[in-house]
Amino acid sequence: MQLLYFGWVRQKVGCAEEQVAPPDSVRDVAGLIAWLVARSPGHAAAFADPRQIRAAVNQDFCKFDHPVAAGDEVAFFPPVTGG
Amino acid sequence: MPATPVVRVQEAGFDLAVESALLTAGRTDVGGLASFVGLCRADDGLAALVLEHYPGMTERALAKIAAEACARWPLTGCTVVHRVGRIVPGEPIVLVLTASAHRTAALEACAFLIDWLKTGAPFWKREEFADGATRWVEAKATDDAAAARWAEGA
Repeated sequence: MQLLYFGWVRQKVGCAEEQVAPPDSVRDVAGLIAWLVARSPGHAAAFADPRQIRAAVNQDFCKFDHPVAAGDEVAFFPPVTGG
Repeated sequence: MPATPVVRVQEAGFDLAVESALLTAGRTDVGGLASFVGLCRADDGLAALVLEHYPGMTERALAKIAAEACARWPLTGCTVVHRVGRIVPGEPIVLVLTASAHRTAALEACAFLIDWLKTGAPFWKREEFADGATRWVEAKATDDAAAARWAEGA
């Protein structure tokens, strides 16, 4: 599974992308976040307040109950501020 | 058949006159062009904005919403250009350009696109100040409200 981070989520995690292989018990975005917080202090800091986090699976915005599986591209980022 | 929109994400600046000419060249069915150009303001001693995007997803998201504008209003053309990278005060950030036979469609579609760009396209702005401090721009509830007024049936 390919993970991408943008904005302050990238800064806090400490990298822009990483390959991960979460256990089968990780079935959705919420489960992935819960698993990621144990990966490093940076991950824990980035995901400390999930209400400030937005997600996309395979380049479509999604809610935290969206399923994730091996081979997916999952991105985490702050609310967008373009325009 | 709806017009085919042009969307670009680029570091380089853009020229409103050139982009406008591309939407009218060789045709006589365009009655009006509406444009919005967003500029970088020097609020609170801002030295620069640094814009980040999600390569791939950002272009797809822009193409999708531009296609929606072309389906919803009778546009003859539509161009969206959004810059990324470092932008200093006074420079343009974003261009929305819509062309139609009549003004209402062009003006409404232009407003729809810029409202949506603020809330639905994966871009993030970081502010750099003259004293070296940096700060991520926070999303605004007023932008969500502006985008929500375009929801179908609203």
